[in-house]
Amino acid sequence: MNFKKILKIFSGAFAGLLIMAINSANAFTACQVTDVGGVDDKSFNQTAWKGVQDAVAKHGVESKLLESKAETDYEPHLNSMVSAGCDIIVAVGFMMGEATKNAAEAYPDTKFTIIDFAYAETLANVKGQVSATDQAAFLAGYLSAGVSKTGMVGTFGGINIPPVTAFMDGFAWGVKHYNKVKGTNVQVLGWDPDARDGLFTNNFDSLDDGRAFAQNLYDEGADIVLPVAGPVGLGSASLAAELGSDKLKIIGVDADMTMTDPTRKEVYLTSILKHMDVTTLSVIEEVKSGNFSGGVIVGTLENNGVGLAPYHSLANVVSSELAAEVEELRKGIISGSIVMNK
Amino acid sequence: MKFFIYLSNYFSNRETIQEIFLIPVIATLLAIFLGLLLLIVSGSSTQIALTALVALFTGSFGSLSAISETFTAATPLIFAALGIAVGFRAGLFNIGAEGQIILGGMAAVVIGFSFQLPFAIHLIIILLSGALFGAFYAFIAGWLKATTGAHEVITTIMLNLIAYRLLDFFLRMPAIQKEGRNDPISKSIFETAELPRILYLLDPNLRVHMGFLIAIVAVFFVYWLIFHTTIGYEFRAVGKSVEASKYGGINPAITIVLAMSIAGLLAGLAGACQIAGVLGRATPGFSAGIGFDAIAVALLGRAHPIGVLFAGILFGALIAGGRAMQVSANVSLDLITVIQALIIIFIAAPILIRKLFPWIFK
Repeated sequence: MNFKKILKIFSGAFAGLLIMAINSANAFTACQVTDVGGVDDKSFNQTAWKGVQDAVAKHGVESKLLESKAETDYEPHLNSMVSAGCDIIVAVGFMMGEATKNAAEAYPDTKFTIIDFAYAETLANVKGQVSATDQAAFLAGYLSAGVSKTGMVGTFGGINIPPVTAFMDGFAWGVKHYNKVKGTNVQVLGWDPDARDGLFTNNFDSLDDGRAFAQNLYDEGADIVLPVAGPVGLGSASLAAELGSDKLKIIGVDADMTMTDPTRKEVYLTSILKHMDVTTLSVIEEVKSGNFSGGVIVGTLENNGVGLAPYHSLANVVSSELAAEVEELRKGIISGSIVMNK
Repeated sequence: MKFFIYLSNYFSNRETIQEIFLIPVIATLLAIFLGLLLLIVSGSSTQIALTALVALFTGSFGSLSAISETFTAATPLIFAALGIAVGFRAGLFNIGAEGQIILGGMAAVVIGFSFQLPFAIHLIIILLSGALFGAFYAFIAGWLKATTGAHEVITTIMLNLIAYRLLDFFLRMPAIQKEGRNDPISKSIFETAELPRILYLLDPNLRVHMGFLIAIVAVFFVYWLIFHTTIGYEFRAVGKSVEASKYGGINPAITIVLAMSIAGLLAGLAGACQIAGVLGRATPGFSAGIGFDAIAVALLGRAHPIGVLFAGILFGALIAGGRAMQVSANVSLDLITVIQALIIIFIAAPILIRKLFPWIFK
């Protein structure tokens, strides 16, 4: 008897709830699907989300977010954003390249933008956002070579894909350039730009790996490490915080890690910035004003799409000459007088 | 017909209904309720909590595409959980479904992109190869237990770790890695190896595939195996007491190896179905923790095939509904994980539920 009564109450409540659900407005909605790093990765998911949030603050648009727990989530997540009626869907990361392409082809009326992926053929409803990260990483490499006391710097990546190796390429070339200019022999561990192989954690989410890989590089003699694996780098940072920044310094990626990870700000020498928040915001604005077109936008040092963060708490280890040289390099890369891969 | 008469007799048994139906349902409702309470306590408005609740239902059963997503997510869970349930019946705690899924998926990928065969034949071979490799991988753990007494919990956990690294290695092999890519990703399987989508004619974007129907067949197969065959009887006898079964003339070593292999076969099928039905290729995270969620599904289903079917659909619903919850109420997907964990706690403590709601169990 009781059971029936409960069922009745439940079904009544359910009907009521259903009515409440049908009240969604038709405002312009910008949606983001993160990769497995999650939106609080203090890295590119977070930076892209900041772009969406900037659009919310500036233009009063609505926003929706879906975090992926596994790679298998990408496709259904994108699909459910389409059915949620999103006006623009921001897919974060190279790993979502194929899922985004499939969704874009299945739903030609929905507009997408994807971070770190440029399709060989232009899709009319997808805008790829890629960055010339190697330019900024080149500066970081030069800087690290100048700061390193052991004469050894290290790097490791998440997965061997172009948006990751661009950091490592630039970093290694920057060190090489320093050696050429100064006649030194600073070594780079973890990446060989010619053999296209090096150290990879094969994931973008294990902080334990970040710690272990940084420990290995430190044991080999590196005193500056560049982790290019989103939140994995936070594990490296916590190792550096324990060892002390005089023993191990970290170079942040994507966002200014001093700002996004303030509790360990003393370990970050600098960060290689990818301003995906700016490009994401501009894509949202394009869609809103009706000027959207498929294709690719490239962030460079010149258009401020990439850059080097201020030195913050480790500014004292960067001599003013070194800082000036880095600034000269920046101008040189923009003007084209410096060729990085030489 | 005889089977259905048996089934209705079975379910008219009061104890059984309580055991495999009432307790899981109450545990689930209680867990959802507590999850929403948590949402309110952590500072969300009641409005948001209610929106989240509605989204959980509409996102899992509220539309055709929602149901399709629920069944898509449920398919591998049902396969793997059936395997774990078989293990439970034989007294084995198989933590290795994840590794068995990976092995099954790896085999399926290789078969999927290596040969071009006629549609139905290719499909059958891809599923068989997945099942075979999953069975082989679980066989290792069963064999170690039967011959050396090595505990299956330890060996299957270790075999999982080996499977992860094996997959990383496998995906970087030139014969398997997708052309023109440096990252670990396999070639795509041929279309002839893909499990067709059931509702393709209605809407090609509805993802539920034939694997779900095969999973239902597997449910009844396992039911028949456990309760209506000599082998099943031996599984259950060994599960109850190894010593007593030995006295009854059963060879526990063979039974353990067999039960483990069947568990692996089902988990391998889960992997093959994911490859052939959903993903089309393998990447390092393609197993997505399904093997671990399946342990929860097997527990929730009380190691009963029918229970597993419903528990698998429920977990699929939580995944699909959780997605909708995140979209429409901005609730973190972690809340779904909390709800899943709460369900397990309540299932693991059935007495707690009997005590909390004594009037239901009068």
